[in-house]
Amino acid sequence: MSTVSTAARRPIAPGRVVWHVVVIGVLLVLLYPVIWLVSTSFKPATEVISTLALLPRDPTGENYAEVFDGVGEFGVLHYFWNSLAISVGAVIGNVLSCSLAAYAFGRLHFRGRGPMFGFMMITIMLPQHVVLIPQYVIFQQMDMVNTFWPLVLPKFLATDAFFVFLMVQFIRSLPRELDEAATLDGCGPVGVFRHVILPLLRPALITTAIFTFIWTWNDFFSQLIYLNDPEKFTLPLALQLFIDQATQSAFGPMFAMSVLALLPIGLFFLAFQRFLVDGVATSGIKG
Amino acid sequence: MTQSVLSRPEVDAPPPPPTARGGRRRRGQGVAYLFLSPWIVGAALLTIGPMVASLYLSFTDYDLFEAPTWIGVENYVTMFTGDERFWHAAWTTTKYVLISVPLKLGLALAVAMLLNRARKGVGLYRSAFYAPSLLGASVSVALAWRAMFSTDGTVDRVLSSIGLDLGGWVDQPQYALLTLVALAAWQFGAPMVIFLAGLKQVPRELYEAAAIDGAGPARRFLSVTLPMLSPVILFNLVLETIHAFQAFTGAFVVSSGRGGPSDSTLLYPLYLYQRGFTDFRMGYASAMAWVLLAVVAILTALVFRSARRWVFYAGEDR
Repeated sequence: MSTVSTAARRPIAPGRVVWHVVVIGVLLVLLYPVIWLVSTSFKPATEVISTLALLPRDPTGENYAEVFDGVGEFGVLHYFWNSLAISVGAVIGNVLSCSLAAYAFGRLHFRGRGPMFGFMMITIMLPQHVVLIPQYVIFQQMDMVNTFWPLVLPKFLATDAFFVFLMVQFIRSLPRELDEAATLDGCGPVGVFRHVILPLLRPALITTAIFTFIWTWNDFFSQLIYLNDPEKFTLPLALQLFIDQATQSAFGPMFAMSVLALLPIGLFFLAFQRFLVDGVATSGIKG
Repeated sequence: MTQSVLSRPEVDAPPPPPTARGGRRRRGQGVAYLFLSPWIVGAALLTIGPMVASLYLSFTDYDLFEAPTWIGVENYVTMFTGDERFWHAAWTTTKYVLISVPLKLGLALAVAMLLNRARKGVGLYRSAFYAPSLLGASVSVALAWRAMFSTDGTVDRVLSSIGLDLGGWVDQPQYALLTLVALAAWQFGAPMVIFLAGLKQVPRELYEAAAIDGAGPARRFLSVTLPMLSPVILFNLVLETIHAFQAFTGAFVVSSGRGGPSDSTLLYPLYLYQRGFTDFRMGYASAMAWVLLAVVAILTALVFRSARRWVFYAGEDR
């Protein structure tokens, strides 16, 4: 088999079958941990540690019932809502602030634009550790530690420079004639943004929203640092709390909770997989 | 600011200035800053300010409760000469980066080559291979990893059944880091998607010409695919390296935040976290952050420098 796209040469059928078998085989190995996680979450406690069988012999929902009942002081839904509140807040913040900044960088003229844009590009690469401790001190001074603010507020200040860049790229690809037409019709920069750029920017906004949601939902480091009261815990933090307390018999509920934590990402993925994958392909989002 | 539409869009290419209507241009300035104001506030208060502050804090002794006291370069001196765990964490991270990044990119390229053909189902397969990149950063998956690589976990049992009785990987210092490497490599989907996009750009005629000249598949890979793909390889290499230096969640979950067994999973960011948020040595942690930044910046610069020798831009020689 050649390594090139060979549509033009129409290779014979058996080669194709082998190819599909190989690809699906690799995929099964790759996705095994996820399949295993889901299936284990439906195993009764005795089966969790005793068998290697992938499918539960005696499927049960008891692990799920247990986590809805309570992990620590709260049921899993409590943590779920906390995670959701932070993620939705982050999405709104990023979509608003990044599109505003991107319009300025992509279309408007102002003094200092070059250096500012350059600085923004550098911050994409900046390890967050260099700003971590002073940021923590700032939020502590403002009495915001142990609230959701440190996790949401920065998003309203366009700190996720990557998305600004993504939208700048997109805005630059839009035909300038549209702006000019709107300007002739009496639109100022605000009108052009609202009536021309924003509607056309939709694909980039959706990509930004989906990735912001998933990254915030999965985020562990910032939540670990800023939230320390179990009432404020998100799903990742509650899971971590769970592991440290769990004995082997609690593995089932722990996996049930893991699955619940992955569920929204799975759903987003199924609904938007094209958007996600194309977003990576065209912009190099790290995923 | 000249008309620079010729430059590639991803570099800072200012759009052409508006036609000579100075009045509109000046009016636009204020509005521009208005649009930019959230970003400016964020950049000043959450990036530039904190960077300066953390540089200052790195020269102090600071426990978050009492005012920082200036101690000069002591944090740095202690780090380099008196802190074995620092060196251990640095070495562990080096191993982690050196193994996981090439492994991840290798897998990404291999699977991208496998998927790079016009067949039914390719889109679906591509998405499925990408899925771990979205899931892998989560605590859930790290937890599954911990369970699968523990004593009597799936991996232990499978290996035992073929006579490799290694025991649980996460419990043994010589293997624990490999579980994190495996977790990183598992997420090869994102660079794979980028490689696939790159492969689509390689002109078919090049392969045909090479084939006519008698080049076999291996030769074509080495002489056509790799050079044509080198800008994408550079991009993925830089991105994944920077990313790998900051790996945290997996190490934290697998070792319950301790970096064990025997500090074998004590990646640099985890040690930084421990120093800052467990020992409350904020000055020391800030110094560690600046060392991390310096190392990442120098490495990135070196990679870009070396790129002149191995990255081939198709447009250049035309």
